Amino acid sequence: MRASLFITCYNDTLFPETGRAVVSLLERLGVQLDFHPKQTCCGQMHANTGFRGEAFSQAKRLLRLYQDTETVVIPSSSCVAMMRDQYPGLFEELGSESLRSDFAALLPRIFELSEFIVDRLGIEDVGAYFPHKVTYHASCHGLRALHLGDRPYRLLAKVRGLELVPLPNVDRCCGFGGTFSVKNAEVSSAMLAVKLQDVVSTGAEFCTALDNSCLMHLGGAMHRQYAGMKTIHMAEILAATEGSPAEATH
Amino acid sequence: MSHAVASHPILDPTLAPPFPQAVLPVLRNPQLRKNVSHAIDVIQAKRAKLVAEKKDWQELRSAASAIRAHALENLGAYLEEFETRCTAAGGTVHWAADAADARRIILGLLREENASDVIKIKTMTSAEIQLNPFLEAAGVNVFETDLAEIILQLGDEEPSHIVVPALHINRSQVREIFARRMGLKDLSDDPHALTAAARTYLRQKFLKIPTAISGANFLIAETGGVAVVESEGNGRMCLTLPKTMITLAGIEKVLPRFQDLEVMLQVLARSATGERMNPYNSLWTGVTPGDGPQRFHVVLLDNGRSSILGKPKQRQTLKCIRCAACMNACPVYRQTGGHAYGSVYPGPIGAILTPQLMQMHHAQSLPFASSLCGACYEVCPVKIDIPEVLLELRSQVVNQERKDFARFFDPMYLGLRVANLLFGSSRLFHASQRMGRIGLRFFTRKDGWIHSLPSVGGKWTQTRDLRGLPSQNFHEWWAARAAQTSPLSIKEAK
Repeated sequence: MRASLFITCYNDTLFPETGRAVVSLLERLGVQLDFHPKQTCCGQMHANTGFRGEAFSQAKRLLRLYQDTETVVIPSSSCVAMMRDQYPGLFEELGSESLRSDFAALLPRIFELSEFIVDRLGIEDVGAYFPHKVTYHASCHGLRALHLGDRPYRLLAKVRGLELVPLPNVDRCCGFGGTFSVKNAEVSSAMLAVKLQDVVSTGAEFCTALDNSCLMHLGGAMHRQYAGMKTIHMAEILAATEGSPAEATH
Repeated sequence: MSHAVASHPILDPTLAPPFPQAVLPVLRNPQLRKNVSHAIDVIQAKRAKLVAEKKDWQELRSAASAIRAHALENLGAYLEEFETRCTAAGGTVHWAADAADARRIILGLLREENASDVIKIKTMTSAEIQLNPFLEAAGVNVFETDLAEIILQLGDEEPSHIVVPALHINRSQVREIFARRMGLKDLSDDPHALTAAARTYLRQKFLKIPTAISGANFLIAETGGVAVVESEGNGRMCLTLPKTMITLAGIEKVLPRFQDLEVMLQVLARSATGERMNPYNSLWTGVTPGDGPQRFHVVLLDNGRSSILGKPKQRQTLKCIRCAACMNACPVYRQTGGHAYGSVYPGPIGAILTPQLMQMHHAQSLPFASSLCGACYEVCPVKIDIPEVLLELRSQVVNQERKDFARFFDPMYLGLRVANLLFGSSRLFHASQRMGRIGLRFFTRKDGWIHSLPSVGGKWTQTRDLRGLPSQNFHEWWAARAAQTSPLSIKEAK
């Protein structure tokens, strides 16, 4: 099967190890991956901050890059949510008929990583080995926008050596919210403090998620507070094997 | 200024400080935060249990949403029908274009009655039009009868929630207020003792004061009736004992048919207080000789509502039935409580309703007071897509603000404009990544992390670190790998 990887702008810039893990994981599962070298951003930051015109131009650009692609796989639930929830409205309001119909045709071929593995590939046991205690942060977009449901748990359950500890108040936001984290930095920090209490209370070594934006937020606080925990994108757990452990465990 | 917020919050969107500033004293107030999160956890747990037992909850939500949407789409016709029926049943309907209009009408009605005192059922709409201070200034003594409202009135406090207005006040604080204002030195903080004190205080008012003001949960077009739901029975007393009843209701509160209550009362009770049914559901239609108030007035308040009705994306705001499930579910409200919103309507619904009712006053901060986590939409019993309306309002604010030249060099605006330019071209984007890597090297410590950044970045690093930029971006890694494995494939890709 062929699939094209949209890595997202912040994974490309800040978390290349997540991208490398996605490549190693999906190639191990027999997927032939492409990477469009002209890709940049989905427009989520602009859309959520009220810059609708800018978000529209990025949405249009992304659509034109990927409209002929068989399958797009994206290791970021909030970027996929941006496309599913906001692109139709942006194209409706600012776009042409051709943009609307081209996107409607592309949309069913856009997959978040866990959707791609469980729904498209029909795999739950990806052959991973990760001998650590882990808790899973569901992330608002994965939970409420994409309705990922038990897919992430099914994938983690099949990882050898992994002990999954449930996260209390798993449906509660970590307080990131994109530019919210700087526009309302103090409230965001208060939300983060409460979230971190729940995360640390699990006694896990790693907090994982399918969205590095939440993990950047949680991980930034863990590092600041010497919390003794790390964050790791789920792709890196699923890519890890006995022969090639995740970089975060080095 | 921030101190003033802590001691006496301003619930007037034209005067209140912006949200990020108003939250500061709250976030440092352990008692307030504890009171709010504790109260919310209790309501949330009750709601979750009662929603879960309803197997057709999603169908109920859809039905409630459809009823409210239909009512709004035909609002003019249903309001006229309500007026006709209500008048036929012996009521008098008054139309108020704005808050001042409504206040004037209500004061006029009280003057006709020669009323020097008035008792009130809890109504947030009256708080919206700042009715109490207006009436007090005109020489009318106002007595709240809802327990939470009594606490606020006697304690000189402001409401922080639309269903549980004294949610930010705990039992021992209630004891202190009652002991001080009712002259009960030995009052304990036992709930029975506190309610007994309130009951004694209230009975005198109910028996003496012949004029009452209420809000309305619903107006029913088909019958001309009014519905109020409550938990304490004080409302029922106000609806039966007085000679005159004045009901203040937003024009959006209308339901087409009596039967619609079947759906609305189910979703409202479960969403608002986590009950299968409200303990007191009062319905009255006009005047019945020898039974209840003999003079009945309804003041229908527009106050910005019809302008919301005219905006397709924003109209759904008016579907709201004031259950407060969104504020109970909101992770922002959970930290801040209601006062920081600077409005009688706090939380997610307040963040969208307040600026729309108030000609976009406070719009610069309220629609941004959300992490867009979607919990509000998920629990809303009438399916208001609050994040969608937040984004719409954000976009309107940005479109307005960016016309202002002073904003040109605002770091946020500048940053987003530059980012848009960079995202338009992979060449520029990649160049900016390389420049960022060099620029941030200066701020990156030996452990590979950034602990402090200037300007907007400092808002991040005030409580979190940021990992330094990696030496190789993903797309560079991909290109290098492709070049190693097959020099052809990279050419194809380009």
